[in-house]
Amino acid sequence: MLDKNGIAKRIAKEIKDGFYVNLGIGIPTLVANYIPQELNVVLQSENGLLGMGPFPYEGEEDPDLINAGKQTITTLNGSAFFDSAMSFGMIRAQKIDLTILGAMEVSENGDIANWKIPGKLVKGMGGAMDLVASAKNIIVAMQHINKAGESKILPQCTLPLTGVACVKKIVTELAVLDVVPEGGFKLIERAPGVSVEEIKAATAGKLIVEGDIPEMEI
Amino acid sequence: MINKVVPDAQTAVSDIVNGMTLMFGGFGLCGIPENCIAALVEKGIKELTCISNNAGVDDFGLGLMLKQRQLKKMIASYVGENAEFERQLLSGELEVDLIPQGTLATRCLAAGYGMPAIFTPAGVGTEIAEGKEMRNFNGKEYLMEMAFDADFALVKAWKGDTAGNLIYKATARNFNHVMAMAGKITIAEVEHLVPAGELDPDHIHTPGVYVQRIFEGKDYEKRIEQRTVRSR
Repeated sequence: MLDKNGIAKRIAKEIKDGFYVNLGIGIPTLVANYIPQELNVVLQSENGLLGMGPFPYEGEEDPDLINAGKQTITTLNGSAFFDSAMSFGMIRAQKIDLTILGAMEVSENGDIANWKIPGKLVKGMGGAMDLVASAKNIIVAMQHINKAGESKILPQCTLPLTGVACVKKIVTELAVLDVVPEGGFKLIERAPGVSVEEIKAATAGKLIVEGDIPEMEI
Repeated sequence: MINKVVPDAQTAVSDIVNGMTLMFGGFGLCGIPENCIAALVEKGIKELTCISNNAGVDDFGLGLMLKQRQLKKMIASYVGENAEFERQLLSGELEVDLIPQGTLATRCLAAGYGMPAIFTPAGVGTEIAEGKEMRNFNGKEYLMEMAFDADFALVKAWKGDTAGNLIYKATARNFNHVMAMAGKITIAEVEHLVPAGELDPDHIHTPGVYVQRIFEGKDYEKRIEQRTVRSR
């Protein structure tokens, strides 16, 4: 089974040289720590920055320089600032190659819910609805089951949707799953020490298992 | 030269009254018009509709106006940092329209570009699409969203000149530029106000035509929400 950093590490393997990538808040933010240095990758922060660098050294924090999670950050050689409309313009125009974000639920046809629990939690969708509606490729980083022990990988979402038929791949503490066009979660890899049976038991939606399922290499 | 300079925030907001629709630039607490917010809190006007990406935190930014119950309605994309906001929303005291961040920004842009509406795929198939006009372009569904119509836009820039031209710093540009373009009347507060002619015209982000009033703000706190650092 993977911890949060393990999930981030596995997702980092999906990033290719030359990609522009938007990382969501939470586990997706950790992905930045595992992008191989030999790859030329540009991170977009939707509050208006391309070329997001690491956290500043203590004493060098700039309140005018933050990421979408409101954390203090730095720029890199080649960074650019822009306004919020242009930021979502480049997202809508599919200039961003990959979006990695968290989810509360994902369904068999790739629907995602991650912004609201009616009557309980209303934080808002932020940029998530724009990102999932336009992104060329979306990978979800999430826990396979919620705190109540229920599967978050479902035949249909029960929570209000963020986007429809958009998720392509899911990486959880247990497995890597592809959402296939005909509907269902195709098991691609198992987390170290996790059996296919354990993944089946944790997946409420249709799980497609074909042949031997390799263990992840991270 | 048209001189747009007013002495302070109190003068700038003097004709903002109960029931108006106001836009506030900023992302989280980054680049918020601190002086104008303080003046509105002091003024105590109520029943306001506020358009802002976030709602501040409990004791700063728009959170100060929320605490005083000055807001009737809030249009925002993400309000996770403000417990008082969430409480007023869940109890029904505050009317809230949560909309996608890109939709929020582009509805500002449309207003500033003189376009009545935009089409966006954000929210198609979700509850925010309910009751909205849909159009299919090249096989993909889009929602029609209307340009904003705000009485005032309150924005913060790094530098500005007496002609109203604005330059922002780093990610504090965020919504400030598009909201400056969108307000019927735009009030800009700046950290450094200089005479017209001192800013290089090639460096201007928001041309002064969009700005009706400008003043040099004071005592900026520029609070950091998430102070994250690395070790040397």
